[in-house]
Amino acid sequence: MKILVAVKRVIDYNVKVRPKADGSDVDLANVKMAINPFCEIAVEEAVRLKEAGTATEIVAVSIGPKQAQEQIRTALALGADRGIHVETDARMEPLAVAKTLKALIEKESPDLIIMGKQSIDADNNQTGQMLGALTAMPQGTFASEVKVADGKVAVTREVDGGLQTVELNLPAIVTTDLRLNEPRYASLPNIMKAKKKPLDTTTPDELGVSTEARVNLLKVELPPERQAGIKVPDVDTLVDKLKNEAKVI
Amino acid sequence: MSSTINRRDLDFLLYEVLNVEELCERELWSDHDRTSFDAVLDLADQIAEEKFLPLAAQLDEHEPEFDGEKVHILPGVKEAHEAYIEAGFMAAHVSNEDGGMQLPLTVSHAAQAIFSSANISALAYLGLTKSAANMLDVWGSDQLKQKYLPHMRSGRFYGTMCLSEPHAGSNLADIRTRAEPQEDGSYRLYGTKMWISGGEQDISENIVHMVLAKVPGAPAGVKGISLFLVPKYRLDENGNSAERNGVNLVGLNHKMGYRGTTNTLLNFGEKEPCVGYLMGKENEGLKCMFHMMNESRISVGMGAVTLGYAGYMHSLQYAKERPQGRLPGEKDPNSPQVNIIKHADVKRMLLQQKAYVEGGLYLALFCDKLVDDIRTGDAAQQKDLAIFMDLLTPIVKAWPSDYCLKANELAIQVLGGAGYTRDYPVERLYRDNRLNPIHEGTNGIQGMDLLGRKVRMNDGYGYQLLVRYLNETIAEAKNTEPLNEYAQSLEHALQALSATTEHLTSAASEDIKLATANSTVYLNAFGHVVVAWQWLKQALAANRGLAAAQGDDQDFYRGKLAACRYFYRYELPQIHTQLALLDQLDDTCLNMPEASF
Ligand SMILES: Cc1cc2nc3c(=O)[nH]c(=O)nc-3n(C[C@H](O)[C@H](O)[C@H](O)COP(=O)(O)OP(=O)(O)OC[C@H]3O[C@@H](n4cnc5c(N)ncnc54)[C@H](O)[C@@H]3O)c2cc1C
Repeated sequence: MKILVAVKRVIDYNVKVRPKADGSDVDLANVKMAINPFCEIAVEEAVRLKEAGTATEIVAVSIGPKQAQEQIRTALALGADRGIHVETDARMEPLAVAKTLKALIEKESPDLIIMGKQSIDADNNQTGQMLGALTAMPQGTFASEVKVADGKVAVTREVDGGLQTVELNLPAIVTTDLRLNEPRYASLPNIMKAKKKPLDTTTPDELGVSTEARVNLLKVELPPERQAGIKVPDVDTLVDKLKNEAKVI
Repeated sequence: MSSTINRRDLDFLLYEVLNVEELCERELWSDHDRTSFDAVLDLADQIAEEKFLPLAAQLDEHEPEFDGEKVHILPGVKEAHEAYIEAGFMAAHVSNEDGGMQLPLTVSHAAQAIFSSANISALAYLGLTKSAANMLDVWGSDQLKQKYLPHMRSGRFYGTMCLSEPHAGSNLADIRTRAEPQEDGSYRLYGTKMWISGGEQDISENIVHMVLAKVPGAPAGVKGISLFLVPKYRLDENGNSAERNGVNLVGLNHKMGYRGTTNTLLNFGEKEPCVGYLMGKENEGLKCMFHMMNESRISVGMGAVTLGYAGYMHSLQYAKERPQGRLPGEKDPNSPQVNIIKHADVKRMLLQQKAYVEGGLYLALFCDKLVDDIRTGDAAQQKDLAIFMDLLTPIVKAWPSDYCLKANELAIQVLGGAGYTRDYPVERLYRDNRLNPIHEGTNGIQGMDLLGRKVRMNDGYGYQLLVRYLNETIAEAKNTEPLNEYAQSLEHALQALSATTEHLTSAASEDIKLATANSTVYLNAFGHVVVAWQWLKQALAANRGLAAAQGDDQDFYRGKLAACRYFYRYELPQIHTQLALLDQLDDTCLNMPEASF
């Protein structure tokens, strides 16, 4: 079984994000970047499936600037077998990513696609679902457990009311939630091995995908600074303030 | 991302000042490039932050306990060690054939620095194991190596260094532990070792002690000391830990800091027979020990830096967030209080820490790079560099352990009352760091080593090299506009140091007691000149970087230039008072009668 894992280069979760001075976008200059935490969980799940003997090959894909190869190398150090880098400097929206992945799926014919449920930079939570629609593959989103057997994958989903398990025919798409697994650390020997694993590059053009943006980004600004809390004398005042000042009830 | 060491600073020192990437052009490290170095440091950041740092305060509060039979250490330590070992840090510096990552020392030590700033007392067991394994690798017989080395590299067995005895610390010549040769070629050991770090623990399957002892009939003094490998459990034919060897824990020492690392009084051969195996040759034990001395003294210096660094980072954060008081001239009592980082005196305390810890970090990494260069660099230069490294050894051990400890004291001061409580880490960092001027040769001993031996060795050739290297930097800085003020101060300082050095070395041939009476003062002045030189090198690199920098980078480089200025204006001038005292061969201390204290 072949697994395709999508990994995204995002701002490291420890970094305090700042907008550019002109508010045109987030400031990425000299900012530490890392693999999106949900994508790391996706890689870990794929590696566990391979270790269990269920999967035979893991292909890690990243779409983004030249430096996104660092995140592919991270995935390779964690256990992926080879990488594909789709190089582009465009601001990739979920639909463009989904289309790119579709084009790669046509080439690679994976049995399972595992990706994060969202990326911590844009928080869209759309790409997996769009990819499902574009490819007509079944999807199991927000996975907290994944079991593959007999050409099917059972995905336990974290939904509002609790857990829901769906069974999908392969090939299928799974998007990961936080509790699916705890990703391992890379190891130094594997970091060195990762340098020697194959990494192919291509571009959206070569794959025949348009990266044209559908959404205009108007402005990026910091949320208003939080005001200090106050103490209220009694419940009535609290209710009154919630109603009339905060206007939340 | 490490919260105890500024990664931007580490990257600056490695790539912009030391240019470690040039090491990748050498055969030995040709598999590496910046991406693999970065990946190593990223991984160290991650594991240190997630596994080592959260444990530090707990481990300090719940120090290991001995119930009369077993020692109990917080279970989190084992877990942190496992993460470290599984990630391959135990063998990061080891060759590829031996299962390591074949990293240059400079990079593996930089990764080590990240761990030790997070939690030095949890890390110490692993550092000791590495040193013991390195020693085995160099001096052990093939048979010993085969049996023990792979298990030490894999972290299954840990190691210790057993030099000190209750009556013999600074002066190892007087050790009494005895090793009696047996017919099968092994030895039986009898004696007591004091202060042994990691001498007992419940983490690893076995403990491999490296023990200094004397064989009966050996010459007196250091010439009669031999080195032995003494396991806690002897191995059976299959190489598994089997029978208990006669190394017994008498008790744990209860320390001021470094409390997560057990510190033990051990008896050898008291109850059961204690079998040891000779390493190297008889009577060459100190040679074997000191073969690794440069690296272990760099490690102690680096340890001191990282604790000072963690205190600096913490107090900096605190100063940015703690509102207190108003600036001089602000008369309105209703105006908001300013954060304390706005006060000039708090800035002084922060800048002083910055100058010490960033200066110390560079000093330690610089020496690591020297070791790498001695190993692989230009053959014509290797001999010079080795002599230069020997000269710097007492400095890299003592300067950070004095001044980065001062930094810890300043960090406490920045926090005010909060700094004096155990609710904040700065007092613990101080206590942890207080060890560093004491062990691995007290700083008093380092002063004697520098003035009594190192500056005079090879007819003062090491010192001449220092003069040459400093003059190169001075010449470069003289041509770099904003830095020529410092170039001149350094030139002046170097001339003064050279005059004093010459004076003291010639005085030594007449009255060695008088000439070395103030060797600690000499050590401090010498260290300050070395660090001033290195600050100038940092400033040159920062000045280059600043030309094209923007935003945070600009602030970073300006910070470097400010710290350099601080060092030249506040610190370096102090040496002239010290040198004047030395020049006079002052005997105030030397001739103080005991009875008059
Ligand atoms: C926490 C801790 C961990 C340690 N871990 C280890 C370990 O793992 N293995 C090990 O073997 N040892 C270890 N040591 C021992 C350490 O190396 C010794 O404490 C150190 O060498 C000093 O010896 P001492 O304590 O006997 O002090 P002393 O030698 O008695 O020194 C006391 C004072 O006298 C001064 N002094 C001594 N001789 C001279 C001289 N000739 N000239 C001028 N001044 C002098 C010293 O500078 C010092 O200030 C450890 C110690 C501590 C506290």
